[in-house]
Order: sequence, then structure tokens, then C-alpha cells
Amino acid sequence: MIPPDASTQPGPEQDPAPDAAPVVVFRNVSIAFDGPPVLDDVSFSIAPGETRVLLGPAGVGKSVLLKLVNGLLRPDQGHIELFGQEIARMPEEQLFPIRARTGMVFQEGALFDSLTVRDNVAYQLIQERVPDEEIDQRVRDALRFVELEETFDLYPASLSGGMRRRVAIARALIHQPELLLYDSPTGGLDPLTSTTIMELIVKERDVYQTPSLMVTHRIQDALILCNHHFDQEQGRMVPLPKGQTAPGTTFLMLEEGRLIFDGTLDELVRSTNPFVREFLE
Amino acid sequence: MRYSVEESGSPPSLLRTASAMAIRLIENYAKNLVLTVQDYSIFAARAFSNLYRPPIYWPEFLVQADIIGFGSLSIVILSGLSTGGVLALQSAATLSAFGATAVTGQFVSLTMIRELGPVLTGVMVSGRNASSMASELGSMIVTEQIDAMRALGVDPMRKLVTPRIAASITMLFFLTIVADACGIAGGGLVTVLMNHQNGTQYLDMAWEHLRFADIVQGLVKPLFFGYILGSIGCFYGMRTTGGTQGVGRSTISAVVWASVLIIFVDFLLTQVLLRLFPPL
Repeated sequence: MIPPDASTQPGPEQDPAPDAAPVVVFRNVSIAFDGPPVLDDVSFSIAPGETRVLLGPAGVGKSVLLKLVNGLLRPDQGHIELFGQEIARMPEEQLFPIRARTGMVFQEGALFDSLTVRDNVAYQLIQERVPDEEIDQRVRDALRFVELEETFDLYPASLSGGMRRRVAIARALIHQPELLLYDSPTGGLDPLTSTTIMELIVKERDVYQTPSLMVTHRIQDALILCNHHFDQEQGRMVPLPKGQTAPGTTFLMLEEGRLIFDGTLDELVRSTNPFVREFLE
Repeated sequence: MRYSVEESGSPPSLLRTASAMAIRLIENYAKNLVLTVQDYSIFAARAFSNLYRPPIYWPEFLVQADIIGFGSLSIVILSGLSTGGVLALQSAATLSAFGATAVTGQFVSLTMIRELGPVLTGVMVSGRNASSMASELGSMIVTEQIDAMRALGVDPMRKLVTPRIAASITMLFFLTIVADACGIAGGGLVTVLMNHQNGTQYLDMAWEHLRFADIVQGLVKPLFFGYILGSIGCFYGMRTTGGTQGVGRSTISAVVWASVLIIFVDFLLTQVLLRLFPPL
């Protein structure tokens, strides 16, 4: 459960042991849909506590890769391990409890439009038949984390695009996931709302240190994530001193389904790969 | 200089190209059809097995039962009354030629209970609910709500599909009884008010010639039709692709195939039921 005063208290100690097993492992993963491969021989891993940013222009297979991570899609070839279990060929019914350990924020929020914000955020808890009083408390805590407590009884249709993403973040966080997946969380939003969303992602990373994979085509989002940290005393995101970057935040880059970069911000800006250079510029 | 027939684009070459294209089209259509039938069979079998395995989402079942059952009540009553009335009008006109207008009640009740009640209710309810299921689930697919549900560890087959199918089966059973009753009532109204015949005689004939086998036939069919309309509606909804246009396509396919299958399965069921309960 998210503590009520999460925004002002130091986060729990979750520093992983240096040799801790990775949360996600991709080995030579390929997938195609009636045409050329969308992902071709992709391999990478996500360590405990690590935040990975998957960069690339639209249509290179970023969202497909994200959906492969929690088994929403199946690869044609290769192996995918999630929490140490091979999921590439696991039956759908066995995947549900594993997926429930992850939190996913979809591109447009994907809130259930027939349910209130309370029921959307509490969706998993309702399925687990958690008592109503506990649900209400946990939903309020999660909404407080995304600063949207007043939307408790509203329906998604009455929320703005940015508010829907924030509710989606609250829904992903309420179950204390062991892995967070963000699919273009700022796509289609104005710069101010994008910054609000990025602040929440930075806050989640620095307060809870949940490993995560964020897909984005916006280099500025990736830079915010790398160059800022959440100051729990001030209760807001602040820039890191010049020359410092957030530890454990690293980058992946896709070009037409192939992984062409895997490294730190420093390595990214020094990369001589023409595609990386063009993307950065 | 020699010209080959193929190069010159002569009629035989065009004919060959056209026939090759036609064969390819037919081949693709046949492949898609076989693939759809295969997908539907797997989907329907999974949905059917879920009816007997926990967790069963009772609140969702009750919501769907209300939408399908209570929501379709008005169209079922209206179509039942009209059909019964038309049957009474048509049969009285024909039967009067043989001086047998007294059997109008028997004719209307048997036709409604054995055949028209279940089929008409199935087709009417599928027009309303198979389309609604396909468009609702299709919209959830294109807005990633189904993926979100799966990502939250909930099986959409159990949560969304199984309650809809169970509610369709249950409510179509009761709606068919309503349609039968309304049909007989409609026939009675026409017999008394328009044909100026004896109402008691109509009801006596309607009741006395009714056998247990007729009622069984009439109430077994809606169980199959309910399964067809629920599973077809959900199947086309869950395989929606192509955004809002895709939702439209799924809705049309669901209504068309549910109606066609109901009529086709009615033919098969009637054959089987007539063998099991032969007419006297």
C-alpha cells in the first residue's frame, strides 16, 4: 500500500544486491505480424531497481516490445524471462498471476470507461475481494500520490488526457508492483502536463525504486528522467547537480526492430551510430 | 521478329492472369473462412468450459442478465404479439376454406411454441445484443482496455465473455416463454376482435393440443440460440482490429452470423428433436 504521506517521507530501502537476478531478460527475441519482423533478435535485461528508457521514433516496435515483457504478446522466436520465469510459451492462465505483479501504464491510459476513478484504481483489489474500507483508503493514498484525490467519484470521460494518465499511474502503483511498464506516458500531452507526468515517474523511481521500462519517442522525457531526482524534503522534482545523472537509469534504442543501443546517457550522447546521432539532434 | 503470347498481353494471357487472380481470391477467402471457424471453435469451447469452472463473476452475470433480459423485453413482447396476430390472420383465411377456423388456436400455439417463438426471439435478441456485445468489446479492444485487464491479471474471457454467454442462455430461455405467451395472446386478440370468433374455443384449442414434446422442443432451442448469440457477439468483439472502422465491421459480422447460425442450427435441431419426439 502507498503510505498516505509518501510524498514527504523517505522511500523504503530497496537497493538490490549487486548480484541480484534480473527482473526481465530478453534473449534473441523476434516477432512479426504478416510482414517483415517488428522486432528482430532483441536481447537486453532489466536489473532490480533499474530504470530503462526505450527510445526510438514511432513505428519501430517500442510498444510491441513492452507488451512482450508481460506476455500480452508472444514472440515468434527467443526467450523472455519475467521474475525468473520463462513466459514466452507459458499458457495464458499461468501468466495472469505473474502479470498481476507488474504495473502497466498504457499510451492513452486505457481506463475502464464504465467504472469510476475509484473502481479503476482499485480494479485489482476488487478482484481480490479486499474489504471496501481498505480499498477506499488505498485508493485515496494512490490518488494522493498522483495529486488527484478530488477525482475519486468521477468517471474517466470527465477527466482530461493528463488526468487520465495520472489515474492510470495510480492504478499501476496501487498493488505495489515489482516492475513498472510505461507506454509513452507523455504522448500527445502539452509540455506542462508532460512535465507533471515525468515528475510522477521520477517520484515513483526515487521513492519506491521499482524497476521500470519506459517507452518514449521524446528525448526530453528521457533527459528529465536522467537529470532530475525527487527531493522528498521539498516534495518536488529538482535537477541534479551539473555533470551528475540518476544512477540506474539507462537507455535502449530501437531502429526498425533491431536494438542498436544499450547503455548510459553518457554513452548515448557519445555514440557515433548515425541513427542515434540523428535521433538526438 | 517473334512475339510470345504472354508478352503481347493478348486475350489468352489476360484470361490466365484473371483466372489466377480469381483462384487466389477464392483461396484466400477459403483460408480465412477455415481460420475463422477454427478460431471460433477454440473460443466457443473455452467459453463453454469456463461456464463450469470458478471463478464465476456473478455480479457481471446479473448486470448482463438485466441488459439482455429486461432490455429486450419490449421488442420481444411487440414482435411476439405481432407474429401471433399475423399467424391468426393468415391461418384463419386459409382454414376458412376448409371450414376449420376452429383450429386457429392450435395452429398458432404450436407454431409459436415449437418454431417461431424460439427463432424469432433468438434473431430479435441477437440483433440487439450480439451487436451490443461486439461493439462494446470491440471498443474495449481498440482502446486497450482488454489489454489493461490482462495486464492487471484478470482473464477477460472469464470476466467479460463467460457472464455474457451465461446471461444470453438464461435470459433467452425466459424471453422465449414471454414471446410464446405474447404470440398466443396476439393470436387470441386477432381471433376475437378481427375474425370475430370465440375466444374460449381459441384458448381451448391452443391448450388442449399442446403436448409435452412440443414444449420441450420449444425450450431446448433457446438454450442453443442463447449460446450462439452470446458467443458470436463476444467472438467478433474480441477479434476486432482496425480502430473504430473495425468496431463497425465486427458489429455487422456479429449480427449477420448470429442470425444465420440461429436459423441454420434451428434446422439441424428440428431434425434431431423430431426424431427424438416424433409427431403423433
